[in-house]
Amino acid sequence: MSAGVLRGFSDTGRRDLAFGVLTLLLFGAVVAVFPGFASPRNVAGLLDDTSILVMLALGQMLVILVRGVDLSVAANLALCGMLAALFNRAYPGAGVLPAVLLAAGAGTLLGACNGLLVWKLRLPPIVVTLGTMSVYRGVIYLLSRGEWVNENEMSREFLAFPRGTFLGLTTLSWLAIVIAALFVVALRRTRVARDLYAAGGNPEAAAYSGIDAGRMQFLAYTICGAIAGLAGCLWVSRFAVAYTDIALGFELQVIAACLIGGVAIAGGVGSAVGVVLGCVFIGIIRSSLPLVGISPFWQMFINGAVILVAVLLSARRREHPRTVLESA
Amino acid sequence: MNPARLLRWEAMLALVLVLEIVVFSSLSPYFLSVDTLSDATFNFTERALIALPLALLIIAGEIDISVAAIIALASVAMGLAAGQGVGTPGLAAIGLGTGLAAGAINGALVTVGRVPSIVATIGTMTLFRGAAYAVLGDRVLKDYPPSFATFGQGYLAGPVSIELALFVVFSLAFGLFLHRTRWGRAVYAIGANPVASRFAGVAVDRYRFVLFAVTGLFCGLAAVLLTSRLGSTRPSIAQGWELEIISMVILGGVSVWGGKGSIVGVVLAALVFGLVTFGLGLMNIPGIVMSIFTGALLILVVAIPALLSRRR
Repeated sequence: MSAGVLRGFSDTGRRDLAFGVLTLLLFGAVVAVFPGFASPRNVAGLLDDTSILVMLALGQMLVILVRGVDLSVAANLALCGMLAALFNRAYPGAGVLPAVLLAAGAGTLLGACNGLLVWKLRLPPIVVTLGTMSVYRGVIYLLSRGEWVNENEMSREFLAFPRGTFLGLTTLSWLAIVIAALFVVALRRTRVARDLYAAGGNPEAAAYSGIDAGRMQFLAYTICGAIAGLAGCLWVSRFAVAYTDIALGFELQVIAACLIGGVAIAGGVGSAVGVVLGCVFIGIIRSSLPLVGISPFWQMFINGAVILVAVLLSARRREHPRTVLESA
Repeated sequence: MNPARLLRWEAMLALVLVLEIVVFSSLSPYFLSVDTLSDATFNFTERALIALPLALLIIAGEIDISVAAIIALASVAMGLAAGQGVGTPGLAAIGLGTGLAAGAINGALVTVGRVPSIVATIGTMTLFRGAAYAVLGDRVLKDYPPSFATFGQGYLAGPVSIELALFVVFSLAFGLFLHRTRWGRAVYAIGANPVASRFAGVAVDRYRFVLFAVTGLFCGLAAVLLTSRLGSTRPSIAQGWELEIISMVILGGVSVWGGKGSIVGVVLAALVFGLVTFGLGLMNIPGIVMSIFTGALLILVVAIPALLSRRR
């Protein structure tokens, strides 16, 4: 127990606490002007809107923890979403579970592709995932022949799946909550998570203590891919449409959520709580923009500004006062 | 990479180029005409113009993912100015100036803010592209004066377009700078070992800043050419170009880890790349399918040296 308390006061914990307060202040500020923003219905809607971002950002966090980055998540999501939609169109009677499993399985494979290239060939993650991003997008076009799968071509239960409610929250929200809870617990309590942090924090030291950093990278990309696949199925059934360009550029929002949530791009630093807060922060901004009368076209600009502020602050924090020469 | 290996990589690119010409001319009877080849150059000159400074940046161990977003920002700035009645020279100046300013912001983030260039330019990519969307929304700007079309559509002499001439001139300039000057050698040194370079008295951060600024300036130039060629600005202009431009540089034999590469390679890669996309276009293959090719090529080109070095 005392270790847990200490961990609560670690650097990451302090940051999460401060950022949590900031997020609450933002929420409070919006509520002060628009009291309706705090209504249970609106908060549930906010959670529902942010759920997919939360799942993807948690997966992305693992990749960034091991000094990588996955730019292909949105393309992976779109490809798996299309697969699920095509499957549902071809076999409407098969139910939801096979479509979900198909999407998650395909996503796992696509993520493992990234992971293998990074692990076995030691290719730079940014180049690998930039490449697979455009390959995956192209494959969607080939699969769908450039056509859309529309709402009327999807089975009713497929469409109903993320929308079902339990205790006032949607299935989609519950999935995000469960995944987030799993991450919080697993990252603090399991050995593989400890290895993951070690591999990202100092790969050489990790190697000396018997941790294969490459394997950890592979694992991170694979989990990230699996989550992207699952999210693809959910995205398609929630928005009731699948086409080549769904979630185009969404990877940037996912990475933004991680960076805002305190995940260090240099690897080894970050917490699930911080990432979830980062997503909620983005979600609050996104859903309050229309209330303030700002066009949704500003969302991307605001994300960019928030990313830059977050990374500038974390770069400042790392700076050592006694550094004579930057280790560049 | 020693000169012999460098030569081999470039010889391979030249061979691929010849192969491409043979294949495409046998597939399409229209391929091997001066007019077709002249048209084909429009496919890559704008991108290749950015690949030149980006090659220097990558050799110096940095990267800029915001290049396409800078094009969008500069194009929007020009479009707004054109709406206010600014003339052609003014528009070109605004395009170049916007690019330079955006590049300087990247440079400042990396050198003053000490943010790794990947993160900094992911941030500015979102910021710049976001600014283009924020300003334009779903509108289109197309109040360009007729004379503005010269840059992207005009010809210098015969089949030689202004874009092509610019590319040739700047290829030579960048080649001479990188391979024949002290400053060019410093760029290699910074990429190979920034700390040692700093100890050797190279003003590492000044080089980095200038390289980012110059990359931005060339994005501005590309924005002038592209906007002039299309005659309109949408916030989605040049979407996905960063992938193609980075692919060109890597295909040209520039190491993603920095310290290695040559301008000859990048120029050859630009030609190879331009001809492939043009040839596939001739065969009516849609752009999104070409992106499979581009992405696979990018991974393949970095994977081949990795596979070869594992053998030994």
